[in-house]
Amino acid sequence: MTLTSVTRWDEFMEGIWRQNPLFVMVLGLCPALAVTVSAVNALSMGLATTFVLTCSCVLVSLLRKLIPKEVRIATYIVIIATFVTVVDYLIQAVSLALYDALGAFIQLIVVNCIILGRAEAHASKNPLLPTLINALGMSAGFTIGLFALGSVREILGAGTFFGIPLFGPDFQPWVVMVLPPGGFFVLGAWLLIFAAIARRKQRKLAEATQNA
Amino acid sequence: MGGRPIMSIEIRSAPHIKGTRTVEQIMRHVVWSLLPVCAFFVFQYGLSALLSLLVVTVSCLLTERFFVRQGGQSGDIGDFSAIITGLLLALSLPPGFPLWMGAVAGIVAIALGKALFGGIGFNVFNPALIGRAFVQAAFPQAIATYTPSFMPGRFYEFIPSSMTLPLMQPVSVVEWLKDRQFDALAGATPLAKWKFEGVLANADDLLTSLSGHMAVGPSPILILLCGAYLAFRRFLDWRIPAAILGSAGLTAWMLFALNDVRFPNPFFMLFSGGLILGAVYMATDMATSPVTPKGMWVYGALIGLLTVIIRYYSGLPEGVMYAILLANAATPLIEKITQPTPFGKGVLSNIGRQKKGASYPLHSGYISREDASAETPKKRFLPNKPKHPPKE
Amino acid sequence: MTSAAIPPQTTSAVAMIRTLGLIAALCGLIIVSAYQGTYDAVQENKRIAVERAVFKVIPTAKSIVEYAAAPIGTIVKVGAGGTAPNAVPEGAVKFYAGYDASGKLSGIAAEGVAKGYSDNVRILYAYDPATAMISGFGVVAMRETPGIGDKILVDKGFLASFPLQASLSADGAILSREIVTVKHGSKANPWEIDAITGATITSRAVGRAINDSAKRLLPRIVPRISELKEQP
Repeated sequence: MTLTSVTRWDEFMEGIWRQNPLFVMVLGLCPALAVTVSAVNALSMGLATTFVLTCSCVLVSLLRKLIPKEVRIATYIVIIATFVTVVDYLIQAVSLALYDALGAFIQLIVVNCIILGRAEAHASKNPLLPTLINALGMSAGFTIGLFALGSVREILGAGTFFGIPLFGPDFQPWVVMVLPPGGFFVLGAWLLIFAAIARRKQRKLAEATQNA
Repeated sequence: MGGRPIMSIEIRSAPHIKGTRTVEQIMRHVVWSLLPVCAFFVFQYGLSALLSLLVVTVSCLLTERFFVRQGGQSGDIGDFSAIITGLLLALSLPPGFPLWMGAVAGIVAIALGKALFGGIGFNVFNPALIGRAFVQAAFPQAIATYTPSFMPGRFYEFIPSSMTLPLMQPVSVVEWLKDRQFDALAGATPLAKWKFEGVLANADDLLTSLSGHMAVGPSPILILLCGAYLAFRRFLDWRIPAAILGSAGLTAWMLFALNDVRFPNPFFMLFSGGLILGAVYMATDMATSPVTPKGMWVYGALIGLLTVIIRYYSGLPEGVMYAILLANAATPLIEKITQPTPFGKGVLSNIGRQKKGASYPLHSGYISREDASAETPKKRFLPNKPKHPPKE
Repeated sequence: MTSAAIPPQTTSAVAMIRTLGLIAALCGLIIVSAYQGTYDAVQENKRIAVERAVFKVIPTAKSIVEYAAAPIGTIVKVGAGGTAPNAVPEGAVKFYAGYDASGKLSGIAAEGVAKGYSDNVRILYAYDPATAMISGFGVVAMRETPGIGDKILVDKGFLASFPLQASLSADGAILSREIVTVKHGSKANPWEIDAITGATITSRAVGRAINDSAKRLLPRIVPRISELKEQP
């Protein structure tokens, strides 16, 4: 299976736009709603998921001929759990404050359906390179999604962006934004915006074909 | 939407006979009946209240216009319903609520409370209360900051917190109150005073809202009069307010009888806070309350009971908003269990039929769907199985 | 992405177990190497976090030593040069002693936990043995409502309640006065904490956390405070 650079790019972009795990497939909502109270948290969660997704997809892809069909899910879970444990240690080594902020959601990456879904639907059937590209695209899409949520919630909920105050000391924080309901509100708003863009694109396309 | 045939034939299910009343007409009457209440609110709090009413209503109208233009919505901007939402929302907020927060409340009320569900008639929750619930969660301190009514000079100057710059914390009113020889406690609502300080206000004073500098909303008796006009003209169903007030009064009276030290007297419960406003104008919203007469009683009783329970046993001084929202959520269920029995069908036959309801026998296809060719088995029993199968 | 990529075959049980075993071994290897690779950094991070928290509540401290106070009245040093952290006697209360630049005891810090509004509020409070006062506290972990519960860190009236009196009764077995949180504006005694209006539950949690921990810890260490006077 050879891929030209154009299709590789398409494959990568698919995870970011057309198949975005958060805004299109609406997967992995648990971390997306729980840890995105600030841009830093969201970005770190995205990077942790990127690490787990990429590493486990690569390993699954490498071992795909070896794994018997009957026990494949068990194998994938073992592989994913391994990399989740690794990332858990890594985050503790980098920053304990970040570790406390992300809480149980680092360990819960193991049940993030994006990862098992990618391993099952893509990595187990494709060689290394396409798998790597697909996994990177998906993780980039997920990270961008988390970051979009986290930055809005941090700006409204705390008046800061990456910890830098934006509005001065008199800013009134929107308490609801850093509480769980705020996650739903912001996610809903982003879904609305993306749906509106997609619909507009579709309409333009339909008009173009009608005129042609 | 979409191209209509040349001969416009509207196909719809029964009933085909229209009432003489339009939605717009009903809504217009509700707005008229709200005007005296709004005028009283302005009389109590002056310029700030007037501006708050205007800003909130305008933000509701603009949001409504945006969503109606986007399409996919029922109703239109001219049906007055957004004005009602705006006025009720402003009446339920403190008069000195920062205007920018009021605008946020208005936008959320229409966008989240109404447009999301498909516009007028489709909303599950009262839009005004959705807006209020949002700002209550977002700005818990600002919404708890009341100011005393009948301040001298209220028609010439604003309450300082009204004029807060967008996105900023409300300007403190403590200094402003001190200049006018009020202590910071003068701004607490009677309910908050009772809950946190143990001070009980006189029920008669609460009924008129006229005496002293109490931090209260418009006079309950005025709201009741305006509501009575609407009920008399049959623009709202009297059962709902009656059920709410009856149930709240009864619950409060029972608790008062049990322990008159811990619990305040029932009249204080009835006339304080937003109970009367909520009972007359918010709970009676036609789209979010049951249509069956029996259901209205159940619905009202639920709101009254929840209000008193929240006021007594939760961390919040006021519970009308959450009580109505919860009852709104229960409305479809209440309607379902209070369906009147059609003529000719006794209660007994009704019960018998429910027992037989849809039943799905255990079928191998349900246990495992691994097989791609597995089909969902057909329902074995029709809900209304004819006694004698038709002959072929 | 067709299902034809996996041929429909049956695998023998031995092959399955072999593959699973192989993969499990591989994963185990990865985990162990990650654990080994990050161990030092993680321990260092934890130590720095504790130090930072202690230095915050005992501003004059320059170095800290971890101790455990056993119920029978002995105080043992934990960590380097003392008992291993997992060999601390049953029922012992851990605390930290902060020493200033000249090696003199400048304060004692201990952890307290109490149920707050949404989760446990874990705090670290400082006890000053010279005055028998609780001089201040810092939050280790809490999930209180932002803007309401977290005012315990900034509210001036609340923080003005400190230092709190924490002297022992005549027989030294209990606190002479339990530390309590009182309604906002009604603090009249040095052992009372002035609650924050609107954040009463969190304020009470702080009071309870300090009281519960101090009640257990102080009777054990105050009689033996001389053992801790100098940095070991």
